[in-house]
Amino acid sequence: MSIDLLLEGLIFGVFVGCFYAAVSIGLSIAFGLLDVPHIAHASFLVLAAYMTFLLGSYGIDPLLAGLIILIPFFALGAVVYRFYYEAFEKRGTDAGVRGIAFFFGIAFIVQVILSLVFGLDQRSVAASYIGSSLGLGEMRIPWRLIVALLVAVGLVLALNLYLSRTFQGRAMRAVAQDPWALKAIGANPVMTKQWAFGLATAATAIGGALLIIVSPVEPSLDRVYIGRTFCVVVLAGLGSMSGTLIAGIMLGVIESLVLTAFGASWAPAVAFGLLLLVLGLRPQGLFGR
Amino acid sequence: MRNNSTSFWAFALALPILGFVLPKVGLNEYYFYVAYVVLQYVVLATAWNILGGYAGYVNFGTGAFFGLGAYTALVAMKAFGAPLFVQIAAAAIVGALLGIGAGLLTLRLKGIFFSIATIAAAIVIETFILNWRFVGGASGMQVIRPEVPLGFETYTRLLFFVMTILTVLAIIVARYIEKSWVGRGLHALRDAESAAECSGVPTLRLKLLACAISGALMAAAGAPFPLYTSFIEPHSTFSLNYSVMALSMAVVGGMSRWWGPVLGAILIASTQQLAASASPELHLLVVGLLMVLFVIVAPDGLVGLVQWARKMVGPGRKEVELARGSERA
Repeated sequence: MSIDLLLEGLIFGVFVGCFYAAVSIGLSIAFGLLDVPHIAHASFLVLAAYMTFLLGSYGIDPLLAGLIILIPFFALGAVVYRFYYEAFEKRGTDAGVRGIAFFFGIAFIVQVILSLVFGLDQRSVAASYIGSSLGLGEMRIPWRLIVALLVAVGLVLALNLYLSRTFQGRAMRAVAQDPWALKAIGANPVMTKQWAFGLATAATAIGGALLIIVSPVEPSLDRVYIGRTFCVVVLAGLGSMSGTLIAGIMLGVIESLVLTAFGASWAPAVAFGLLLLVLGLRPQGLFGR
Repeated sequence: MRNNSTSFWAFALALPILGFVLPKVGLNEYYFYVAYVVLQYVVLATAWNILGGYAGYVNFGTGAFFGLGAYTALVAMKAFGAPLFVQIAAAAIVGALLGIGAGLLTLRLKGIFFSIATIAAAIVIETFILNWRFVGGASGMQVIRPEVPLGFETYTRLLFFVMTILTVLAIIVARYIEKSWVGRGLHALRDAESAAECSGVPTLRLKLLACAISGALMAAAGAPFPLYTSFIEPHSTFSLNYSVMALSMAVVGGMSRWWGPVLGAILIASTQQLAASASPELHLLVVGLLMVLFVIVAPDGLVGLVQWARKMVGPGRKEVELARGSERA
């Protein structure tokens, strides 16, 4: 492998990595902060991508579409959490098989409905920044990846500020650790979690818009992204936003280097292999609490 | 509990005998073709339940174990010309090792990490197979079937018989675990792992034992697959659908008793075969909806409904179940 190729892989990996961070940030809140076994995260991501596609067929720019579906996705998240709370957390049966089976079932239903409605073909959207690229000397960087990088960094910064500076944000960080203490300072833990889960799902909506900007989507894409998103969140250490960005970049770089060295057919195993490695060696993640 | 041991063993003996005799007296090939798939799911769901139902560890990688079993059998056949019996044994050993590996990796972590690790294992193994030319890589390969042994007319008929044996084995193992100290230990670690540990339950060893048994049975269920289809390719062999199926069968049937997953598997797999020509996707949707519905409304599955109905019908009989850990704790 020549130095040029290596460098190109490295830079490319950083861009893709930021994109991975953006699609994982919702899970970082839902699973990392709130401790909800949100297996359906990747399916919501693909669902958001398809909604972006749907709006795109009316000529709406995918980024704008991502902002439009933000509100319905916030509501979807709030409803799903409420349902999960009433059915499992309240009865204390969330820890075991049932909570996981519930989200797995939802993920599966979303995937099947998407393939029934949209078919199994790949779908993509059109925009001025998709397809063209920015020339930097010898290298060409696709604009869609630059867009992904900017959105990812913006998302991480905004969420970081929100979680550290606002009352609601701090309450979210507190709720998984000690719901009773939260009650004592006058915040409702259930409402806080519901709000946080809505926020996580809204962030997933933007991630979904990025997903279809970066690559075409198909209904079964969620399987690969279960690995990537959980890998990023676990690697980051649960609930760390800037950790999520760094972990995303790490995954992106490693994947890109493996891709350059061994070929594309090995790429899907990278995220999962890394995840297994992290689980085995350092389950609290790199920046874990 | 009623003493239905005799009828159980009679059934356990009768099924393989029927599996041997029925294919030899004629009957349409199609019945055996379908029955094989249903029985395969009975094994998968029963195996899943040993770990998922008794110990509370959700395995999302049923496809990984199944696929690994199928490819182990293929390699054993292609490289060493091993007979079917040896193929199944080899697959079971490899499946047990994978199970122990997944268990060791997520030793002290919460249940959800085990689930994610099993998905990860599925994809990693699939990727290795995709890149392995010897077994056909991504495009798969045609399996050259040797002459049908034991005087059966076709492979479908033979494999139906083999699957009845595997089914009975899986059920006997699950029933034994449920009734023995192993099952009680697993229940204890499911409900309160640290409390069980403190009370002297060897939680780690039991967990790994359950992982190994469950993995071995799943892989064994996959071993006859290459001969059954006579063509094998990784994408459908490692399909996530196996995981969804096994999970939903156990959830719908009920996870607390051995006959729960058996019932769920027969119900879901046979309707799947009926729906195969009409709309397989719609059937998958119904399976998903059923799973979510049961997990919320009837968390004890059909087993729970049956027990509830029994209580309603015969209020005189008191069912004292000391050994079973309460689900509603």
